[in-house]
Amino acid sequence: MSATVLFDTPGPKARARSKAYTGITGLALAALLGWIGYRFWVTGQFDASMWARFEYTDVQWAIVQGLLTTLKVFAIAGAASLVLGAVLAVGRLSDHAPVRWVSAVIVEFFRAMPLVIMIYALYRWQFTDRPMWALVIGLTLYNGSVQAEVIRAGINAVPRGQAEAAYALGLRKSQVMRVVLVPQAVRSMLPTIISQLVVTLKDTSLGYVITYEELLYVGNQIAATTNTPNGFPYVQVMMVIAPIYIAMCLLLSWAARAIERRGGRTTSTGAALAGAGMAAGD
Amino acid sequence: MDFLNTLTDNTELFRKGFLGTLALTGSSALIALVLGTLMAAFRVSPVPVLRWIGTTWVTILRNTPLTLLFFASVFAVPKLGLNQLTYFVLAMATLGFYTSAFVCEVVRSGINTVPIGQAEAARSLGLTFSQTLRTVILPQAGRTVIGPIGSVLIALTKNSAIAGGFNVVELFSTQKTLTENANPLFAVFFWIALGYLLITLVLSGIFRGLENRLAVAR
Repeated sequence: MSATVLFDTPGPKARARSKAYTGITGLALAALLGWIGYRFWVTGQFDASMWARFEYTDVQWAIVQGLLTTLKVFAIAGAASLVLGAVLAVGRLSDHAPVRWVSAVIVEFFRAMPLVIMIYALYRWQFTDRPMWALVIGLTLYNGSVQAEVIRAGINAVPRGQAEAAYALGLRKSQVMRVVLVPQAVRSMLPTIISQLVVTLKDTSLGYVITYEELLYVGNQIAATTNTPNGFPYVQVMMVIAPIYIAMCLLLSWAARAIERRGGRTTSTGAALAGAGMAAGD
Repeated sequence: MDFLNTLTDNTELFRKGFLGTLALTGSSALIALVLGTLMAAFRVSPVPVLRWIGTTWVTILRNTPLTLLFFASVFAVPKLGLNQLTYFVLAMATLGFYTSAFVCEVVRSGINTVPIGQAEAARSLGLTFSQTLRTVILPQAGRTVIGPIGSVLIALTKNSAIAGGFNVVELFSTQKTLTENANPLFAVFFWIALGYLLITLVLSGIFRGLENRLAVAR
């Protein structure tokens, strides 16, 4: 049902009412923004000393370094989670019960655990000196498990005739999976897979919790080491870091939506099944 | 034996952590459900500005890392002079706002499953937009999205762990304290994991029950 079914085409009275609501909302928004601006003003956030640090090239480089570190973790964890996801998905569809069972336990366990609990345990266990690997492994296990469910739903959504035809041509089980089913599943699930990659990108910021020097941690360091007469510039750092994160995630999200619109291959049931993770805010 | 001792020697810490996670999840769930439904109503409303607010709210929050939101609320918000807010309140608001974006999308997809005839009938009876939404559409939409809302709340429970990294007492902070005090790492991880599993399993049980009771046959 489209939104327009919910209300009639506005007549003169409704248009007037709509205008009134628009005015009231606009005023409320302006008041909110004004109040925030006022808080900025009275707490000295516009003071030049709060922003001066960003003019130094070392700080600018630190931010670039943090961004590159974030992207590095994202690239490794994203790629590894796709491989793990494909393996686990095929494992859950295996003809051998033990393989199915083990894959199911892995997928269900890592999906049910809060990611930060796992990353922290990994960090304290083996990776105290190499926090990057705690982050990468944690991200890979969690997102790989979610990707496994996405790909599995995709494989199940491939029409049965495809596998039957492949078997009739004399392909082996592994060939049917590798050559026929998985490529189609990945293609039809691409929007959902990319949405989950957005989640992976977002979760790289958990590196902050285990003191790994990704973008958010670098931001924290910049703010914590800049003592100005008006206090530490956390607000300013936020205003620099947050747009970078949001822009990266938006780009990926838009890519997912563009592919969804262009492809037209996503089966709605499969997407609904598998999109649950991203839609749930995991 | 070490395994069990980790739990029995630290019952007070585990209890505090578990209750902290419960309180944080419960209170932010309430915020998320109310705010999310409101935003969904905004997104289908006849007033363009409200639709714009709803869309912007959802787009920004869904594309911001939750850790970044926590960071902003714990470190940046008090800098604006709002320093009388406790860490718990800040975490509750952060989680509630973040999750509301996902609730909004779920509710909106639920609105889309209500047959067009329902809204048309409501309009032809002369109901206004808010009456249509309140008395006809949302009650039906709500029933169809119970399952997805359950998934959102389970994700919220898991996300609440991040608050432990920002000075809130809950299960993750318990894990940190115990691990740093040289308790066996795996034993701590096991009991903390069990705590989360307990909450999420109960939640999914409740929502499965609700779904069965309230499902609409179409």
